[in-house]
Formats: sequence, structure tokens, C-alpha cells
Amino acid sequence: MISTMNVEPPLRPPAHRVSPRAVRWWQLRALPWLVVLGAPQLVMLLTTGAPVWPWTLAATVVGVLAYLLVVPRILFRIHRWEITDEAVYTLSGWLVREWRIAPISRVQTVDTQHGPLQQLLKLATVTVTTASSRGAVKIAGLDAGDAAELARTLTETTQATPGDAT
Amino acid sequence: MTPGDPAGPPWRRLDPRMLVVGPLGSLGRLLPLVLILMITGGGADPARIGIAVAAAVVVVAAGVVRWRTTRYRITAERVELHTGWLRRQRRSVPRDRIRTVDLTARLLHRAFGLSVVQVGAASGSPLESAGLSLDAVSTAEADLLRRELLSRSPADAPVAAAPEAPEAEPLARLDWSWLRFAPLTFSSIAGIGAIGATVFNLVDDLGVDPRDIGAVDDAADRLGAAPLWLGVLVVVTVLLVLAVVGSLLLYAERWYDYRLTREAGDGGSTLRVKRGLLTRRSLSVSEQRLRGAEIVEPLLLRAGRGAQCRALSTGLSADAQGGALQPPAPRGEAHRVASAALRAHPAEITGAPLRTHPPAARTRRLTRAVVPAAVVCAGLFAVGPAWAGPLSLLLLPLAVLLGLDRYAQLGHELTARFLVTRQGSLVRRTVALQRDGVLGMTVRQSVFQRRAGVVTVEAVTAAGQGGYTVLDVAAADGVALADATVPRLLTPFLVPEEARWPAS
Repeated sequence: MISTMNVEPPLRPPAHRVSPRAVRWWQLRALPWLVVLGAPQLVMLLTTGAPVWPWTLAATVVGVLAYLLVVPRILFRIHRWEITDEAVYTLSGWLVREWRIAPISRVQTVDTQHGPLQQLLKLATVTVTTASSRGAVKIAGLDAGDAAELARTLTETTQATPGDAT
Repeated sequence: MTPGDPAGPPWRRLDPRMLVVGPLGSLGRLLPLVLILMITGGGADPARIGIAVAAAVVVVAAGVVRWRTTRYRITAERVELHTGWLRRQRRSVPRDRIRTVDLTARLLHRAFGLSVVQVGAASGSPLESAGLSLDAVSTAEADLLRRELLSRSPADAPVAAAPEAPEAEPLARLDWSWLRFAPLTFSSIAGIGAIGATVFNLVDDLGVDPRDIGAVDDAADRLGAAPLWLGVLVVVTVLLVLAVVGSLLLYAERWYDYRLTREAGDGGSTLRVKRGLLTRRSLSVSEQRLRGAEIVEPLLLRAGRGAQCRALSTGLSADAQGGALQPPAPRGEAHRVASAALRAHPAEITGAPLRTHPPAARTRRLTRAVVPAAVVCAGLFAVGPAWAGPLSLLLLPLAVLLGLDRYAQLGHELTARFLVTRQGSLVRRTVALQRDGVLGMTVRQSVFQRRAGVVTVEAVTAAGQGGYTVLDVAAADGVALADATVPRLLTPFLVPEEARWPAS
């Protein structure tokens, strides 16, 4: 019965997806794992020549490639965001999903970050912080233009609201 | 007024007695080193004396420089502190962000009538420091500062005028029968361990081998001759007695003359905890900014029907005693203090009857306790010594008990003004969080939780740990709880009732 079914919380997904280029970004970010996991095995293969290493190496490459092909697309399907007059609402996470809701009235700062990879792909991350050490709401993989626009609107909306409940 | 405004109230210095206390404190810390130099050295070697004198001069000079270069002032909007000579530091805390003021007087400071003032603030942005400390001012000045800084209307209260000593309403005081809870707190046992280690290190540093001391040597010989079980028994008994005596001493030192009072001030009252035998401490928490209370019960303390109440506020220190409103005390007293501090009936806060969590939560608690234990067992059977495997099987029933207890302690309730949540077995925590202080809600669901149909709901807040969770509630109930905690926050994002996946 219910114990074998997947039960999700009755929250509708936020309205907007992140930029489709975010898939490329997540793929690029996972790529170093190929080196981190593969290099020691390659060294072992070259130094010891034991017959087990070609197989583990092949398995590693297949594993990472499978991850690259599958997971970023899943992430893209899951990651969503929405801003209303009252709240910032995001959904993120793959193995652990997280629905975050922060009232606009409690927002303290709005930051936009562009990492090197994100600059390359014209992406940005918007971080909305409240007074809590755990309350930051992040929207990663936004189109850089959209992110700037979003940060501007959010800053305008939050400037007029006093009280941060610290 | 900008932070660097030359106008405004004059700068103040730390108390001149710091010219003596500062260097004395530094010398005190150097004392072990000096002792070692004296003991290992062969008497009055001129070079040694030269080094000692030079060190003393440096220490005194550093004290003078520190006193000369430290200035502070309290303007209508900010508290500013300038320190340092070669490396200058300027700290500035907006007064409306000050949440707590902590006065500490260690033995040396007390002897000279001084107190350290620690100001705890909610940091508004990463650029603003979260607080500052004045080490030290005279005790009278410290008390004045405490009241001045926590009066919440800096703009209309003239800074120079000393506020009248306010009326203090007593809320709780020490009952010496509570001393029975001292051995039940883990922190005191850990404290004994630390003291033991220090003594051993000191003995070791002085080059004394404990076996050279006659009595110790004699005892060791006798123990060595006795059967093993007897030896273990004696050692364990001695350690236990030491731990109990030490924990009693620590409790007495920490909580001697403990008083919890409420002081009415202009613009808001404050809760004040005063305590300490050798080191006197006074913690003041602005009541307007109190976001809730927490009842903490480590396993042993819980078994002895004891508990401790702590305040939830920003600007409290993160250490073990941070925000403690009382010593470990009877459970009823802990709930009473929470109720007095929050001005709410116990049934509305930490004493509220709680909702139990669904059976899926029990399965999850059990799995999460038993699986790691089983892995350890399997590992020990596979690679450990022959006796380790069978012995490790004892872990499994313990893990089952832990899992069951963790489930039994889960609970939550939403009352008129508070979100109450309880969890934990080894340390049970019952948190009553003001719903007005909630800065957002997070609903979290792992793959396993999805299969079990439960979610974890976290209420995000500025106080305490930053967020308090309700573990493993049924998915729909969790969302309903989040929606009710901050009214209308989640409502626009709910799946309409009729569109939901048909319930079984």
C-alpha cells in the first residue's frame, strides 16, 4: 500500500526553470572527478601492470560518463525557482530534494556570483540571505541577464521592508 | 552619524587598573614556563635573569601600549572600539543590533574590581562584526554599560545620563539540592578528564615520573599483584569517585549564587543570569529579542529526571554553557524557568503535549541506528581479532534500543505563538521557537524519505543554531505544519486539494 509508493509533499514545483545551459555547467563541474578517480588508477596500471586496473579504469570512465549524461539532465528537470510579491520559493537537490521558502519581508541581502565556468557559459548564481545562518536561498545556473534582473527586482522589493526578526 | 564621525561623545579608555591586571595575567600564563626555567636551571645564572627581566619588561610594555591604544565610545547609534598600535582594528556595532551583554570577572579581575564586557550582536551583513569585547572596565562601569547598551531606545535616551538602577524581579535561584544533578552532566565529566590531563601533563612537564612517588608506586605494586578484575574495579572506582567529586566542585564553582532575574528598562526588559564562585558571570539577554527556549536533557540527566533550560537568541556564545538560563535542575523547574522567561504557560511551550510521528519514522530511526552498527559488526567479524566479532554483537541490541528511543522522543506541536519540536535520545532537545521569529521554511526529502512518505521540516531562524527541524513527519502533515507556522507563506505553492494524488 502506501509504504511502497513514493509520496512527495503536496507542493507544486516553482514556476521557472533555470537556464538550459546549466546542464553543460553541471557536466563540466563533474568532469574533474574523472581525473581525481582515474589518475591514481592509471598510475597503478602503469607502475604495477596488474590485470585488475584496466577493468576498474574502464568502470570509472563508464561510471563518470553515465553520471554526466544522466544526472545533470535530472538536475535541470528538478531545479526550479519562483519569486512572488511575498516569497522566494526554490526547489533543488537530486538525492535530497529541498523546497525552500523565504518571505520577501525577511530578506537581508541579495548577491549574484559568477564563477569562472559560469562566466564561460554566461550563467550566474543568485543567493538570497536572511538573518539566519542556515536561511540562504540559492538559485544556481540562472542565465546571467535573468540573474541581474532578478537581483535588481529583489533588492527593490526588499529595501522598503523593515524588521528582520533577529 | 558615520562610524568615523569626529563629533559625538568623547572616547573612553579601559580602566587604568588594567595597567596592572593585564601584565599580571600575561605573567600568570607564563608562570609554568618560569617555574620550569627555575627548576631545570642551576640557580642565578646572569643570562637567565636577563631573559626573565627582558620578558617582564616586554609584558609590561605590551600592557601599557594596549591600554594606551584601546579606546571605545558609545554614540547614539553605535558602539565603537579602536584597538592596536601596529595593527589597528576598528570595530563598530550598531546599537539596535545588540542582543546580549555578558559580564565576566575572573579571579584576578575581581581582585581589582574589574569586569570584561562582551557585547553580542546580530550581524546584519558579513561586513559588520558580530560583537565586541571590552577587557576590562571597572565593575561599576560594566554594570552601567550593560544597562545602557540594552536599553532599546538609544536615540531619545541621553548617553551620558546613567540609567536608574531598575527594579529586578526574581525568577529563579539556586537550590543546593540540585547538586545531585552535577555528576549526571557529561560536560562536567569531560571537565574532570581535562583537569586530570592537565595535572598529568604538569607532573610530566616537571620531569616527575608518577612511579617515583612512593605511595603511587606502592599502590601500583599491590594492584599488579591482585587479579586483573580487581585491578580494573579499583581503577574504575577511583576514576568514578574523582569524576563525581570534580563534577560537584565544578557545579558549585559555576552556579554558586545563581540568580535569574528580569529587569525592566526603558524600551524593553532584559533577562539576567548571575552566577559563579571564583569567576563571576552575568549574562543579560534582551527580552524583546528572545526567540524561544530550549530544554536540553543529556541521557544521564534525563534518567535522573533533570534538565536545563537555555535561551534562544542571537548574540549568544556557542559554547556548552552559551545561553544557559539555569544550572542542571529538576525537569519541572526547567519547564517553569522556560515558562517564566517566555511569559507563556508551559503547555504553550516546552511542556506542550506533542504529536507523535508516523510509524515510518520509527522504521527510519531503527534503520539508521542498526545499519551502521551491523556494518561495524560485519567489519569486525571479517578483519578484527577473533574476540572482537562476537563482542561487537552487543552493539546490535543497543542500536535497537537507541533507535526505538529516538523514535519515542520525536514529537512536535504548533501552539498559538510557538512551534514546539522535540528530538534526540543521547541528548534530548525540546525547542519552543517563537513563530514570529521564523525567517523561512525548508521542506527536505531524501530518496529514502520519499519511499517512506515522510519529510523533514525546518524552521529557519536567526537565533541559536539557525534552524530547528521537525524530523520525519508525513509529507502532507509536514507541509501543512510549515504552512500553519508562518500563515499564508506556503499557501500559494500548495497543490490544490482535489488535484492531489488520490489517497489510499
